[in-house]
Amino acid sequence: MLGFKAKRAIFSMIAILVAAIWAFPVYWMINSSLLPNVKLESRIPTFWPDGGNLNNYQNVLQKGDFFQALGISAAVTLLAVAGCLIIAFMAALAISRFRFKGRTSFVLTVLIVQMLPAEGMFIAQSQMMSNLGLKNNILGLSLLYMAAVVPFTVWMLRGFVAGVPIELEEAAMVDGLSRAQAFFRITFPLLAPGLVASGVFAFLQCWNEFTVGLVMMTDNANHTLPLWLRAFVQSSATRAIDWGQVMAASTLVAIPVVIFFIIVQGRMTSGLVSGAVKG
Amino acid sequence: MSSVTFKQATRIFPGNKKPAVNSLDLHIEDGEFLVLVGPSGCGKSTSLRMLAGLEEVDHGQILIDGEDVTNVAPKDRDIAMVFQNYALYPHMSVAENMGFALKIAGVAKEEREARVLEAAKLLDLEELLDRKPKALSGGQRQRVAMGRAIVRSPKVFLMDEPLSNLDAKLRAQTRTQIAALQRRLGTTTVYVTHDQIEALTMGDRIAVLKEGILQQVGTPSELYETPQNIFVAGFIGSPAMNIFEVDAPKFGSQRIPLSASQKENLGKAKLVIGFRPEDVTLSESGEGEEIQIDYVEELGADAYIYASTVGDNPRELTIRVDGRKHPKAGDRVKASINLEHIHLFNAETEQRL
Repeated sequence: MLGFKAKRAIFSMIAILVAAIWAFPVYWMINSSLLPNVKLESRIPTFWPDGGNLNNYQNVLQKGDFFQALGISAAVTLLAVAGCLIIAFMAALAISRFRFKGRTSFVLTVLIVQMLPAEGMFIAQSQMMSNLGLKNNILGLSLLYMAAVVPFTVWMLRGFVAGVPIELEEAAMVDGLSRAQAFFRITFPLLAPGLVASGVFAFLQCWNEFTVGLVMMTDNANHTLPLWLRAFVQSSATRAIDWGQVMAASTLVAIPVVIFFIIVQGRMTSGLVSGAVKG
Repeated sequence: MSSVTFKQATRIFPGNKKPAVNSLDLHIEDGEFLVLVGPSGCGKSTSLRMLAGLEEVDHGQILIDGEDVTNVAPKDRDIAMVFQNYALYPHMSVAENMGFALKIAGVAKEEREARVLEAAKLLDLEELLDRKPKALSGGQRQRVAMGRAIVRSPKVFLMDEPLSNLDAKLRAQTRTQIAALQRRLGTTTVYVTHDQIEALTMGDRIAVLKEGILQQVGTPSELYETPQNIFVAGFIGSPAMNIFEVDAPKFGSQRIPLSASQKENLGKAKLVIGFRPEDVTLSESGEGEEIQIDYVEELGADAYIYASTVGDNPRELTIRVDGRKHPKAGDRVKASINLEHIHLFNAETEQRL
């Protein structure tokens, strides 16, 4: 039998190995973005960006349309996430706190709609947005994104709402608040970790979405970042693909997500409710 | 002056036919400590929540101070409630928790702090005022929950099994503290528990409920000495009363005399006799039923004897005896009932004769 320490060491090594395999593509992307094409196309891979530089980034940013796409992506994502959280918060409260006819079927419907393949709805969505004059429009795309992420967010938030004991609201009602006030002054602040967690998820979905964006944003001037990245790859189709620049562009698309996550991660900690009940 | 009155108050949960609380009629005097007790599912918590306004009243009325509050929102009833799981606001400090209701009521900050401090002194919470609930022990949380209720000086305190999450020692201690505190403050209190010992030790009066129906209301000694039906007789008292159905008014060779009115009340129904474990005399040979001692539980001052009657139809009974001098397991002795304290019931109506 192996000792406890030896076992731990083996598990730690496995964990490090898995982490390394998982992180390698990210590292490879950043590494390549710093290297000139000569080195990238060499038969001997370069594992360390020794003598690398930021030329690739300079070239990408000089083309100018990156910032335009960044703006579109940010606007669409923020609109979608904000709208999604407001709707999902209220829906989650309703299905976990109120008893009403058809509650179970409603909850199931929310689950089932997520099983429809997104591709099946492209044409209908495109038609609807066309009729509404919302094609090539930030609001139009964010509406579609919102609709796509709301069901999952409702499910996720529902668990968080259920984690806030209903007695807290009742205590607040006895203490002098109306039911709605109890929701907003007691339950809402306690849901912060849940709102952040589901907000992060919705953010990632919207930020990385490609196909709906492709169908809706036909105009180059309205491209979101994933569309911009594809266009960037395609634009070099006549020549050999400039992998260094493609990698730099990919890194640039990923950076805002990382920044967003760093800002909110401190609030994602659970356990805010601990101490409310029992002993 | 803050009395509480339930008038035919009924609650039927949606989807159920049987009411959770069935035509409850109960009057609680100003300053009284009333305990609602019963087994789980008897409607005691529902009754309390109806009084709090957290549960709808389907029929009947609830009055506080003679004023109909049946359709008044909880926030406008001027009541304070202590929940079983305390329900402290986790994002607020102890002081904020205790002062929350006052803050909402628009009480000025200085007065609020003074009142919180006063209540904290009363409950020995001064040191903890800046802590968050998660940094408190179970007993401290319980005291904060009490403090939150006291600070408000409401018309009525409602307590829903406030001690059930404490360990046995702390529970006994807190029991006395709460009872003493209530006598001192003189605030009308409705206290829900499933523990009949809590009910007997704390309440001015006790209301026993079963399946949504009020069985009996009375002082602890009334309930103990003259239970009105078989359920109350079996529920109040620990160890429970010995209750047997008998064919004739006899316990072995011991005759049980029935008065004329008792005979009339019994009619043709069978007789049920009840006697408390302490109301039995054991003797080597004498009057009474012969019993075989199965097992003796030593408790120091007292001992509980678990025995069964000898005969075709053995019945189990519990007898409380002197802890220093008592027969041993395996012994056969005669048991006779102290007739002064016998309880007689009608087997059909289950009512006291």
